[in-house]
Amino acid sequence: MIDRAEGWRRRAPLLPALVFTIIVTQIPFLLTLFYSVQSWNLVRPGSQSFVWFANYVDVFTDSQFRQVAINTIVMTLGSVLIAVVLGLLLALLLNRQFVGRGVVRTLLITPFLITPVAAALLWRTVLLDPTLGLVNFVLSPFGASGTEWISQFPLASVMAALVWQWTPFMMLLLLAGLQSQPSDQLEAARVDGASAWSVFRELTLPHLRRFIELGVVLGTIYLVNTFDTVYMMTQGGPGVASANLPFYIYQRAFLGFDIGQSAAMGVVVVIITLIAASFALRLLFRSFSVEEGI
Amino acid sequence: MAVTTDTASDERTTATDEAQVPRKQRTSGANVWFGVIAWIVGIAFFFPVFWMVLTSFKTEADAYTTTPKIIFEPTLEQYEGVFAAGIGPYLANSVAATVISTILVLLLGVPAAFALSLRPVQKTTDVLFFFISTKMLPVVAAIVPIYVVVNQIGMLDNIWTLIILYTGMNLPIAVWMMRSFFLEVPGELLEQASIDGAPLWRTLREIVLPIISPGIFATALICVIFAWNEFFFAVNLTAANAGTVPVFLVGFITSEGLYWAQLSAAATLAALPVVLAGWVAQNKLVQGLSFGAVK
Repeated sequence: MIDRAEGWRRRAPLLPALVFTIIVTQIPFLLTLFYSVQSWNLVRPGSQSFVWFANYVDVFTDSQFRQVAINTIVMTLGSVLIAVVLGLLLALLLNRQFVGRGVVRTLLITPFLITPVAAALLWRTVLLDPTLGLVNFVLSPFGASGTEWISQFPLASVMAALVWQWTPFMMLLLLAGLQSQPSDQLEAARVDGASAWSVFRELTLPHLRRFIELGVVLGTIYLVNTFDTVYMMTQGGPGVASANLPFYIYQRAFLGFDIGQSAAMGVVVVIITLIAASFALRLLFRSFSVEEGI
Repeated sequence: MAVTTDTASDERTTATDEAQVPRKQRTSGANVWFGVIAWIVGIAFFFPVFWMVLTSFKTEADAYTTTPKIIFEPTLEQYEGVFAAGIGPYLANSVAATVISTILVLLLGVPAAFALSLRPVQKTTDVLFFFISTKMLPVVAAIVPIYVVVNQIGMLDNIWTLIILYTGMNLPIAVWMMRSFFLEVPGELLEQASIDGAPLWRTLREIVLPIISPGIFATALICVIFAWNEFFFAVNLTAANAGTVPVFLVGFITSEGLYWAQLSAAATLAALPVVLAGWVAQNKLVQGLSFGAVK
């Protein structure tokens, strides 16, 4: 049992960080809740009034919002799953001994480090430009030259950039998983004459499972907030074909100045994210190092 | 070179007479091929970045060719152009926002991580849960009130607004990450010190700090990466006065199709600091991004 004075002595180093985080992160969300039941447009001063759930009704009857919500799911889960699969393949490659492994790893993680805004500009111009872009140049022997990637396949173009940036993260995560696998177990299986494939399927994959789950969940939490890439590559267009919720809310708030509605959309996003986050928290608290030392 | 030919012949033997080749040799032969594939994939992933850097040393005429040019006369004129276009103040803002917010994160975060690990408060799990949950709430849901409040107190386009928000953004990650480093400190060391009657602050300074300082350094680098790359707050809350480098890059959307080489120079300048920070911190990157869950 910790007595009162000791309790406060222990708490003292924690309090500044805790109070700061509460102020910076929680108050805005409370205000969001408050604004979401107000009718308030910044362009019309004095227009603020309490409207119950009218904003939410508007949000759910807005067909563009539904389209954007679907885009968000496709963009987030699609990019995450592709990145996990590619990341797994790369991690399996990098888990072997070869000359220059450290250099290859350094090359591979670079896309993840590049400022997303710069990466998106790079994709939009140098890579995907219909006439001068590298992608069409590489594909031209296959007769695909002149494809207007950004306007014909806006969502896929954004996802390509996201996959390029996030595959390295998944690779690092899964590589950490592979390297934590007990080698005597693998050796024993090989001595017993198990084929490489069955070792992978019956030992490695189950061992990697929680790392894969963690990758999916963390990737989802980071990527559901994607804004930079959409903003720089497509501006959500054409129409809302490649808009996701963060970009759509930004448009409503900062181009439409509709505070009430964008706040209501924000609340909806929070609810969706909380569902994903509850999985994430359970994962983080379940089997990893978190529980040690508590 | 010799290595490659040797193992290539290994590979041939493997194919023809698998049973008689010793296992060890077979594995290393296969590994060379996996190595080759890994190199190809690594270069492919890196190539856009390489191309960006390459283009930044071209003239605009060399950058605009239907057949991409690899041989050209390098020039620094694009970098001069980017500085003439005024990237300087934006770079200074990025440095200020990144460095000051990272220092604040460490000042607040190191004691908090200590209070959640070596000498834990009651309800440690709840506090950790709270910190992590703030990272899971989407920023987009907070931007509207933040904008309204910042506007009302006259802090729009002010670098301190970004500094405070970036500190709030990185603090939970840093607390979790540094806590996982604190937990790696062997308990016997601390017990021994307390038996010897050493005061706590001396134990911390002389025993704990040397052990966790690489971890703190890695945490700082990860905070630097996140703060430097941040765009959403910057584009919505700043303009000409307090704009950061990503905000500067937005200007190139409108002028696209005209200044690829200059754009590449600007993008290279924007990306360079974090790429270097990330290369240095690469071993701890996963630990940071998974909130310390994966080492």
